[in-house]
Amino acid sequence: MRIHFALALFALLALPAHAVEPGEALKDPALEARARTISGELRCLVCQNQSIDDSQAALAKDLRLLVRERLSAGDSDDAVKAYLVARYGDFVLLKPPFKTETLLLWGAPFAVLALGALGLVVAARRRRGALIEMTEELSEEEKTRLAELIKEQ
Amino acid sequence: MIVETGHYALVLALALALVQSCLPLWGVARRDAQLMAVAPPVAVMQFILIAASFGALTYAHVVSDFSLANVIENSHSLKPMIYKISGVWGNHEGSMLLWVLILALFGALVALFSRAMPDDLKASVLAVQAWLGSAFILFILLTSNPFARVSQPPLEGQDLNPILQDPGLAIHPPMLYIGYVGFSIVFSFAAGALIQGRIDAAWARFVRPWALLAWTFLTMGIAMGSYWAYYTLGWGGFWFWDPVENASLMPWLAGTALLHSIVVMEKRDALKIWTIFLAILAFSLSLLGTFLVRSGVLTSVHAFASDPQRGVFILAILVFFIGGALALFAWRSSALKPGGLFAPISREGALVANNLLLTTACATVFTGTLYPLALEALTGEKISVGAPFFNLTFGPIIAPVFLLMPIGQMLAWKRGDLIGALQRLVFAGVAALAVALIFAAIHGEPVVSIIGTGVATWLIVGSFVEISARIAGRGATFRTAFARAFGLPRSAWGAAFAHAGLGVTLLGLAATGWGVEKITTLKAGDSVDLGPYQVVVQSLETRPGENFKASIAPSKIMRGGVVVASIEPARRFYPSRQMTTTEAGIATLGMGQVYVSLSGENPDGSVDARLYWKPLVAFIWIGALIMAFGGILSLSDRRLRIGVARKARAAAPAAIQAAE
Repeated sequence: MRIHFALALFALLALPAHAVEPGEALKDPALEARARTISGELRCLVCQNQSIDDSQAALAKDLRLLVRERLSAGDSDDAVKAYLVARYGDFVLLKPPFKTETLLLWGAPFAVLALGALGLVVAARRRRGALIEMTEELSEEEKTRLAELIKEQ
Repeated sequence: MIVETGHYALVLALALALVQSCLPLWGVARRDAQLMAVAPPVAVMQFILIAASFGALTYAHVVSDFSLANVIENSHSLKPMIYKISGVWGNHEGSMLLWVLILALFGALVALFSRAMPDDLKASVLAVQAWLGSAFILFILLTSNPFARVSQPPLEGQDLNPILQDPGLAIHPPMLYIGYVGFSIVFSFAAGALIQGRIDAAWARFVRPWALLAWTFLTMGIAMGSYWAYYTLGWGGFWFWDPVENASLMPWLAGTALLHSIVVMEKRDALKIWTIFLAILAFSLSLLGTFLVRSGVLTSVHAFASDPQRGVFILAILVFFIGGALALFAWRSSALKPGGLFAPISREGALVANNLLLTTACATVFTGTLYPLALEALTGEKISVGAPFFNLTFGPIIAPVFLLMPIGQMLAWKRGDLIGALQRLVFAGVAALAVALIFAAIHGEPVVSIIGTGVATWLIVGSFVEISARIAGRGATFRTAFARAFGLPRSAWGAAFAHAGLGVTLLGLAATGWGVEKITTLKAGDSVDLGPYQVVVQSLETRPGENFKASIAPSKIMRGGVVVASIEPARRFYPSRQMTTTEAGIATLGMGQVYVSLSGENPDGSVDARLYWKPLVAFIWIGALIMAFGGILSLSDRRLRIGVARKARAAAPAAIQAAE
């Protein structure tokens, strides 16, 4: 299925821009590291599921510069993201925010796990009755018989 | 004329598929052996006809017949031959033809190689496979005809998308499709058995080799695609949680769960309902992937999907087959009696836990992939679900699988001894700790990577603990150990390799945390420090290729003043499509790679580049190859070769007993 992904990307590679360019980096390494982390969590809006850090699209470059501008202006990481969400909506976040609309999204994996585990426990309970035969201790009678058999050997 | 013959062969194949859909089932209903016997030869003939059709399309591409719309849109007379051939499936119509070719291939293989299968089961399975074939051949003929001619042929074609002009295209899609579509036969087995109403351990034995075959190819296909993306997309990533990738991961997860539950069904006659459900699920997810990729619902920039009619058609196929199979399942499965009993701590119990975690992981990928679509359709709100989401949900769900895997392998059937199992794994635990400490001492943080290497070692060593105990156990001399090793069933070796392969992949993944990245501009003579290496740029030059022009930065990789490798990272410009592609320069040193990718030229003649040192990165794909090797080893097990009489092996009776 890789081809189709590649096909989707080809539109972007045709553009005359490149992913994170040397000239973009901030002088302060700590600030630049924060910029890289934030960039990795923001979606390139014209791409398919690519972060602006990875994307070569012109829009991604604009957003990268914008992130660095806000950081240089002293914004916190959350403030930068909030600034972008205010402009582009939740669509810009690769990690969807936790709210009513995404409750099912975030909850589903763990709900499936919990329900599955519950189902297994119920099934195991039901089986336990049958298992008792397997796990029961030997009766006194059986024990003496066993001892006799061992002695005979 | 050859092209028209190919088109005609496809229509004939449809007719045969329809015959194969009906007559054998009628035979099953009437218990008429002659009608049932129609299925195998028709299945083989159907495959031959589709192969002829595929051959005709390949011929048209090879000779650059620009009177075909499909060839015009995807080929060019100057294109190298390998891409003329692989370009056949580098487009929607051709890849659909490959899809039905593989569908028919699996039908033909069952017809030819399942001699020991009861005739009625074989007839039902082949009939269901033919329904699938009929639906998809009809889809091709009605909406995606690759043989359409144009009235005024141009002199030259529009060329294949340059990104696809890569050896990866020759290998990756066929492998992926054999895996993806291979699960169709497992689906047909499930539906056939449900129609018959006879589902038992024998069914599990018949279906297991097919599930293994599909799984093995899917594993290789996904790994190959991942490596292709890694070297061609230019930023060193290898998995993006892209919806199209997820579409192939979901059947893989369901198929992996299936392989494990089939074992329980075969050996202990338990988990029958669940196994049938997984058999249906694995192929349903393949169908879903096909729908997502080709319907255009995923994204607007998708080049594959222009025609909404196709989407509706595939959706109809999807609803019919998944809905039909599930209805059949609901109707018949209540009649299935649960089989062998087992305690929670037992081999069965461990495999149930495996299935719970793998299907939950699969459900997570499913939710993450489809939720944005559903939300937008229902509320109009757009959200993105990307890598950070999957890392936070898929990660914690799959992690216990790694921890539990070696333990499960040590447990006995029916009732296991957990303490005993852990005691026998002490060596694996010590090895894991030692390796983690060594990596911590060499590389230090991040902690996740250190833990990752430990868990990977636990997996690799743990996978072989049981086998080595069987070989070098009580009273072993060198000779008996050797004989025992050979006497062990191949499926035991296969399982050990497949599990260890996962550990090897995990090791590669863990080591990504220690990678080094440099983003800089390069001129001739520049030297860049990259972890233990220096990359020295020799020159910046341009060079013509067959159908492109390349800008290259030949570079030497040095360590301690000695040249250890040379690379040629390049950017290629394809004039026919006015497009540029990136060809990363990659040198594999040990198991790590130096990766240099050019991102663009500057007016002053320098180039922008991304340079990486990725320690142990090759393990990611080598691990997948080991997994696939395990699958092949398991496939070669004589007990899986249907119809081969079981002969006692004199060489190592003890080992065989232990295996049973």
